[in-house]
Amino acid sequence: MHGRLKVKTSEEQAEAKRLEREQKLKLYQSATQTVFQKRQAGELDESVLELTSQILGANPDFATLWNCRREVLQRLEAQKSPEELAALVKTELGFLESCLRVNPKSYGTWHHRCWLLGRLPEPNWARELELCARFLEVDERNFHCWDYRRFVAAQAAVPPAEELAFTDSLITRNFSNYSSWHYRSCLLPQLHPQPDSGPQGRLPEDVLLKELELVQNAFFTDPNDQSAWFYHRWLLGRADPQDALRCLHVSRDEACLTVSFSRPVLVGPRTETLLLMVDESPLAVEWRTPDGRNWPGHVWLCDLPATSLNDQLPHHTFRVIWTAGNAQKECVLLKGHQEGWCRDSATDEQLFRCELSVEKSTVLQSELESCKELQELEPENKWCLLTIILLMRALDPLLYEKETLQYFQTLKAVDPMRAAYLDDLRSKFLLENSLLKMEYAEVRVLHLGHKDLTVLCHLEQLLLVTHLDLSHNRLRALPPALAALRCLEVLQANDNAIESLDGVTNLPRLQELSLCNNRLQQPMVLQPLASCPRLVLLNLQGNPLCQAVGTSEYLAELLPLVNSILV
Amino acid sequence: MADNLPSEFDVIVIGTGLPESIIAAACSRSGQRVLHVDSRSYYGGNWASFSFSGILSWLKEHQENRDIVNEDPAWHEQILENEEAIALSRKDKTIQHVEVFCYASRDLHEEVEEAGALQKNHASVISENPTEAVHSAYLPSEDESLCTASCEMLTEQTPSSDLETALEINNVKVTGETKKHDDKTCMKSASEEETSKNVPTTEGTALQPKKTRITYSQIIKEGRRFNIDLVSKLLYSRGLLIDLLIKSNVSRYAEFKNITRILAFREGRVEQVPCSRADVFNSKQLTMVEKRMLMKFLTFCMEYEKHPEEYKAYEEITFSEYLKTQKLTPNLQYFVLHSIAMTSETASNTIDGLKATKNFLHCLGRYGNTPFLFPLYGQGELPQCFCRMCAVFGGIYCLRHSVQCLVVDKESRKCKAIIDQFGQRIISKHFLVEDSYFSENTCSHVQYRQISRSVLITDRSILKTDSDQQISILTVPGEEPGTFAVRVIELCSSTMTCMKGTYLVHLTCTSSKTAREDLEPVVQKLFTPYPETETENEEVEKPRLLWALYFNMRDSSDVSRNSYNDLPSNVYVCSGPDSGLGNDNAVKQQKKTVN
Repeated sequence: MHGRLKVKTSEEQAEAKRLEREQKLKLYQSATQTVFQKRQAGELDESVLELTSQILGANPDFATLWNCRREVLQRLEAQKSPEELAALVKTELGFLESCLRVNPKSYGTWHHRCWLLGRLPEPNWARELELCARFLEVDERNFHCWDYRRFVAAQAAVPPAEELAFTDSLITRNFSNYSSWHYRSCLLPQLHPQPDSGPQGRLPEDVLLKELELVQNAFFTDPNDQSAWFYHRWLLGRADPQDALRCLHVSRDEACLTVSFSRPVLVGPRTETLLLMVDESPLAVEWRTPDGRNWPGHVWLCDLPATSLNDQLPHHTFRVIWTAGNAQKECVLLKGHQEGWCRDSATDEQLFRCELSVEKSTVLQSELESCKELQELEPENKWCLLTIILLMRALDPLLYEKETLQYFQTLKAVDPMRAAYLDDLRSKFLLENSLLKMEYAEVRVLHLGHKDLTVLCHLEQLLLVTHLDLSHNRLRALPPALAALRCLEVLQANDNAIESLDGVTNLPRLQELSLCNNRLQQPMVLQPLASCPRLVLLNLQGNPLCQAVGTSEYLAELLPLVNSILV
Repeated sequence: MADNLPSEFDVIVIGTGLPESIIAAACSRSGQRVLHVDSRSYYGGNWASFSFSGILSWLKEHQENRDIVNEDPAWHEQILENEEAIALSRKDKTIQHVEVFCYASRDLHEEVEEAGALQKNHASVISENPTEAVHSAYLPSEDESLCTASCEMLTEQTPSSDLETALEINNVKVTGETKKHDDKTCMKSASEEETSKNVPTTEGTALQPKKTRITYSQIIKEGRRFNIDLVSKLLYSRGLLIDLLIKSNVSRYAEFKNITRILAFREGRVEQVPCSRADVFNSKQLTMVEKRMLMKFLTFCMEYEKHPEEYKAYEEITFSEYLKTQKLTPNLQYFVLHSIAMTSETASNTIDGLKATKNFLHCLGRYGNTPFLFPLYGQGELPQCFCRMCAVFGGIYCLRHSVQCLVVDKESRKCKAIIDQFGQRIISKHFLVEDSYFSENTCSHVQYRQISRSVLITDRSILKTDSDQQISILTVPGEEPGTFAVRVIELCSSTMTCMKGTYLVHLTCTSSKTAREDLEPVVQKLFTPYPETETENEEVEKPRLLWALYFNMRDSSDVSRNSYNDLPSNVYVCSGPDSGLGNDNAVKQQKKTVN
């Protein structure tokens, strides 16, 4: 109670405050001016430190002044004795802390502290950790401070176990903390490194189970808090799949070799990223993408010289080496055969489960059960519903197909804002399921009709498909990636909302194309079809362009080889 | 000093309890000339806190129960023809049934004379004060360590618009340190090593290793470490008093600590009640599904008014019946009923229960994970803080200054002056009198309730955890119908209310019988007497009693003004403490009176 002075009345206070502000503004402006003049004149001495500290003390977000300070400090480093420098650094650290108190989320201040600590011969990291702890005590979600803490912990080589315990303590206080959960996802793989052969970045089962329990506590307590669900997703997710060549296809007719990659790549001209060995001797070829744009993509192809395809040998072997991805694949073209290929199986490789991990299904199963329990209590929680869908996919996409679709329906009802995203996700899952079914049936025909698809994905997986039915969906375009379907002969896409046909280009074997009842407005959009040499049947009935004057003439000119155009 | 008192004021306030002090501060702050007197030698009246020796003197005063019959009839002569006098009482009748028990053994080699009156180790009423009161006038504000301790400041950091629901805002942590960040001088001199310490420093030699036995003479010796409240209350962190403290800036005179945990007593066991979002998340005793049920119910309570369909059908039944209709396990029902709504099976209906629950939740997270604050150095600090505010703005204070009578003008039926103990007549426009100052003539028709109180000094916490510095509140429901729930507040030494190694425990309930009869059953359930010699069995579960005090206090709250006989309209009555947990009653009185 002692030492507390009597406060003035509010009018007196207000007047005093106004005068003080006026005074402050004057000082601020004159100091800023002086600093800029001195900087221009190259007078980078301690007076600049003093002046900038006056301004930055009040407004730490003045980036130019921090730069000024760095210039001064760099210059002084060369001039001063070690003792003088130490004193200077001490003042600077104290000053930085006072700035952080003014604004604990100032980018410039934290950055300057990083810079300063990085230059010190013997930085006191323990003190820095303590500083972080104090600032996180005040605001445990201050991500600037979290960033700085990670920097300090890395520099000071703090054992990950200690940092993990620190995240524990903050999550205990308030689990709505993305930074804290995120830090865990960085620390845990460090604490529990997997054997070299295992998937990198994943956790051993006992650790995983403990983390799952922790995060379940969070989402049962507050299922609307996103941070816990994101961490949950990370726990059940798996690292990026290893680079691989998924499929290799050689066609004698088109004298062409096509490669499908596990991720989009850019194969530049005359680079070493992709090597082709024909019958064990290297062959220099020009790589391009099927749509001819040569943008990063999953599928690249090259023309083969006649010598590589002649019938003199009983067979030719084609080996593609992806140097960057450290992967290769080989396929054989037998004498008398039109084509040859080698392909990864989507079922064996569980290509479509990459959303969630390949952890023991018991773990996933029990997660599914808890989520369903939560869903009963919170039937409208979107995070819970989405997680259930993802878990079901990870467990068995075909078995749970029907149930998944029901959950999608509920989810769309409770989260109408993301209806389009959900439609796309659902399309993706349905397409994946159809692909799996096609593979089980060992055919090259893919039926995707009547599935309410809104988007086409995984097209790079359809390299070998000859017949594709996309009718009765909600597609608005046939995207460029469709050009990867090098074997496609018949394409049916009736009764959609298609407006553009960018993907129906350079399809060497396409003979029949049916696009009835779509939204093709201008004959111009049919331009890409001209690059499909074997197209003989084109059905455009029920499109707006049929009404346009001169469509037939335009088409006859554009597609002279097409026998039958139904308008 | 009293001879020099001015003879005219705008407001005269008699009694320095919390409501009187708040009003005195308000009047003084708005420019009125205020005289504030108290016949006692200390501030606060029945709201006061005492050091150990202070409480012993207080005890002596109330046990001896002597009438101070040195009535000076001189004042009668001052009453003029056209005047009447309302005589004020000079004897405090608000405290009854005082009983003291000492269980701590006295050290035979030290201070034998001090402990001489004690019958060792057996429940015995102390009939004599074992020590001469050290300070004749008890002035808690003398404590010098008061300013060095910085714990929790009453500065609200987050604008409340950010707070969607109180369940989500437990990131609001207001520490003394954040306060320091605002402090310019502190900032400039901040060398990095000097991080301010959050723990109040207690100088002195009280650092006893835990196993050491605590003796009575130690308690006496460390008596100044104690600040024993006569009333046991907490501040709801969004209650009226907090608002008032902030608005009036009186908060800067005091420091507060957040209550650290809410406890429940169930099936003979003390357990922690998860009530905040963080508690629920961390709780090991709740199942996942229970966590969801509890959070869901509490979230609903936060804005129950918006969902009348959820409770409309249950308005007629009790809150406990209503809870049974909700998706809550018996475990959770108990927590909500007794520890969160803090009501009983029969006491409240659905709406009252929902309201109480909402109020509890609304207060969560403002300053920490529980809804309550406790003022360091005891509840008795609060009236003093308001008195200080009053004094800073010119109010005049006289302790040990009694008023003999109010002088009423016969014609206007208004009070015009007081006559004090020296016979001085002091004129004023308004008069504010605390209930206990009125004589029996004035109060003959007033029906008072009683509060049963007990204060215990114990050697360990009722629920042991990693930290021994916990501040806990526990509600023990009444066992039979008609008995009242007992509120237990356990204070640790860092609240600056007891010596290190001890806990100060306050029990409070509405009286049905004497304090001891009302409270002893609960004391016996939770505690055990301090053993004469250390038993081998160190793992005794219950905390042990070193010292216990029981007394009844008159509850003059809720007394209608009309029940007092012949009060002039410019005489306002302030009530003494009520039995409730919060202080809203005191603040409401101020609002009513000032308006």
